[in-house]
Amino acid sequence: MASKPRIGVFICHCGENIAGTVDVSGLAEEIIEYDDVTFSTDYEYMCSDPGQNKIKEAVEEEDLTGVVVAACSPSMHEETFRNVVEDVGLNRYQCEIANIREQCSWVHGEDGGRPTEKALKIIKSTVEKVKRNLPMETVEREHSDKCLVIGGGVAGIQAALDVAEAGNEVILVEKEPTIGGHMAQLSETFPTLDCSQCILTPKMVELNQHPNIELMAYSEVRNVSGYVGNYEVQIERKPTYVDPDACNLCGDCEDVCPVEVRDEFNQGLTARKAINIPFSQAIPSSYTLDTDACLGLNPLRCSECADACDADAIDFDESSEFVEEEFGAIIVATGYDLYPKEKMGEYGYGEYEDVIDGLQFERLLSATGPTGGEVRRPSDGKVPENVVFVQCSGSRDPENHNSYCSKICCMYTAKHAKLYKENVPDGNAYVFYIDIRAGGKDYEEFIQEVREEDRVLYLKGKVSRLKEIDGKLRVWGLDEISGERVEIDADLVVLAQSIVPSEAAEETSRDLNLNLGPNGFYKEAHPKLRPVESLTGGVFFAGAGQGPKDIPDSVSQGSGAAAKAIELLAKPTISHDPQVVEIDEDLCSGCGLCVGQCPYDALEVNARGVAEVNEILCEGCGTCASGCPTNALSLKNLTDEQLTEMIKASLGD
Amino acid sequence: MDFEPKLVGFLCKWCSSAGADLAGVSRKKYPPNLIPITVNCSGRLDVSYVVKAFNDGADGVLISGCHPGDCHYTSGNYKAWRRVALLKHVLEEFGLNPDRVRLEWISATEGEKFARTVEDFTAEIKQLGPGPFSNAKERK
Repeated sequence: MASKPRIGVFICHCGENIAGTVDVSGLAEEIIEYDDVTFSTDYEYMCSDPGQNKIKEAVEEEDLTGVVVAACSPSMHEETFRNVVEDVGLNRYQCEIANIREQCSWVHGEDGGRPTEKALKIIKSTVEKVKRNLPMETVEREHSDKCLVIGGGVAGIQAALDVAEAGNEVILVEKEPTIGGHMAQLSETFPTLDCSQCILTPKMVELNQHPNIELMAYSEVRNVSGYVGNYEVQIERKPTYVDPDACNLCGDCEDVCPVEVRDEFNQGLTARKAINIPFSQAIPSSYTLDTDACLGLNPLRCSECADACDADAIDFDESSEFVEEEFGAIIVATGYDLYPKEKMGEYGYGEYEDVIDGLQFERLLSATGPTGGEVRRPSDGKVPENVVFVQCSGSRDPENHNSYCSKICCMYTAKHAKLYKENVPDGNAYVFYIDIRAGGKDYEEFIQEVREEDRVLYLKGKVSRLKEIDGKLRVWGLDEISGERVEIDADLVVLAQSIVPSEAAEETSRDLNLNLGPNGFYKEAHPKLRPVESLTGGVFFAGAGQGPKDIPDSVSQGSGAAAKAIELLAKPTISHDPQVVEIDEDLCSGCGLCVGQCPYDALEVNARGVAEVNEILCEGCGTCASGCPTNALSLKNLTDEQLTEMIKASLGD
Repeated sequence: MDFEPKLVGFLCKWCSSAGADLAGVSRKKYPPNLIPITVNCSGRLDVSYVVKAFNDGADGVLISGCHPGDCHYTSGNYKAWRRVALLKHVLEEFGLNPDRVRLEWISATEGEKFARTVEDFTAEIKQLGPGPFSNAKERK
């Protein structure tokens, strides 16, 4: 370095938060004696305007080359103080934070001055680092303006529409033959009881017709590479074997198809054909031939559908199409599934036909469902006179199932009970619950209405088991309020099954390098302050894949994720953190060990036989620098020399 | 005067340093013996730093990163894991108790675990006594 460093140390009292445990003025007096420290002071709140001005004045008057602010965690005010030094002409990376609050004053008692000694070591170590920091400039680069949305449930639909409305091109990839997700299966929505399809299908149509949105249904993301602003994504468009432009939805193919399998849209309450359309308002509006169910295409075992098709829309030779696209941002909206009732041993392992889950009951209530909206039980089509609703089935049960609350079941069970009572006024509805959680706008009022006006019997307690006896489902439970055991002979039991992340979450998390929490939901960048961002740059979350959510919350998060994506795409360029690895070619032996250690493929051994780093791909972890046998690689501003001196300073005399 | 071990802790920025911050925010108390050094990733840990720390008088060294599978940089913690395992063998060959080096996985939500780890490690090193180049005897 040309001239001797001149470091200023600014010690924050943080009111009593630091000053109460650490002798801040003593620190200021001591640190001024340390090598290369030419200025030190302490102040009540460094982050306040007067505090910031003290730093600015000192940088200018004392001609400082580096600044250490000994204060709270860098996650709080590192940006603040870096902006301050930048204002007065220093490079922002010439400012470092010594964390003496979260990692010192807050975790120690007074302890005979030892916290002060520790704070001094932390500050000295930071001085050793900052005096060797080099100015860095952020790397600016171009980015794609397109946004990828994975998942076409209501969260993904909302996100895609918002991003498209802002003028960005969007591709929405949906693995099923239609968009709409679980919301399309619902009958009415709580607490307003508006018909789910009636409010959803206009949005589906709007998405399909939007000039900025390309819908790729029956498609899956296969491969993702690249980084924020420039993700290269391979998408597989699976063959539907039906040309949607030619298909006129006459349904002749479906009529002649000889194969019947479980109908996913009706949650298995009915059968569907191998060639089918999930529901009449499906988007895209076309048939799909399910090859898993079909008798066989290669060799062709049956061609009844194609023979019946007057429009000549069926082509058995269709095959997967692989599309490569570049995206600036990605919104992940892969949604949820229900925890399988087959896992509920206490409730019959899903073996009783008349023990159904919440989504199945939605289909029974739906005007487009298998019973046309009349509540008839699956086994014999009889109208059930006694219906037991079991909340928290698989939720809030850490010993046997999931420990978390699935959040939406209290509300939809109340809705189910209400709609059942409207359907079957003379029937009896019993709801077993642990607690009622109705935290949402107008939610509690809805629950009260159901409990008081709709004559639904709420029983506080868990159902311990149920068994089929003489054609009835005997339910054993406890009413904690009366303290009595309850036995009900039910005709139908509805289990409010726990919400679990959809199967796609695991693969998507691998493709995009996303973290999953202990229950398999996506982990957001910060549980409170960054709830729609992932830790992977340019990837955002919408909907229940990140945690159980109802419709308004999913839509809100869809819009939130869209806003984040738009914010990113609206910038003319994307800046990349300049803390990357650099290579001393004189030291590099070209062994290539670093290449294999880099998780981002940012390193290669070039034609001249030495390692070369792609600064755009490098995320600055420094793993390669530590693994280099000749020390040819170093991480900018966290070099071997810096760390060595920091260790020395941390240990003191 | 009791022996007070000098400890250095290399904490990864994304998980363990955030976990240490959470210990602070939740006011979990632990002894002040360990001086934290935040690095971008536990994978940034060159094992020679551990040796340097002992040369400079450390009595114990803690390395803490994200849980396996949770590394912000995908896999840096796995590299740290292997490197530390190897280092422990080498240290043992040189007659240094490998328990003086501890590798822990501490996430951003594990403030309590961070505090207890430092407390426990401090107590353990107290039992083991001064490190190979400690000046603890002179300090008495």
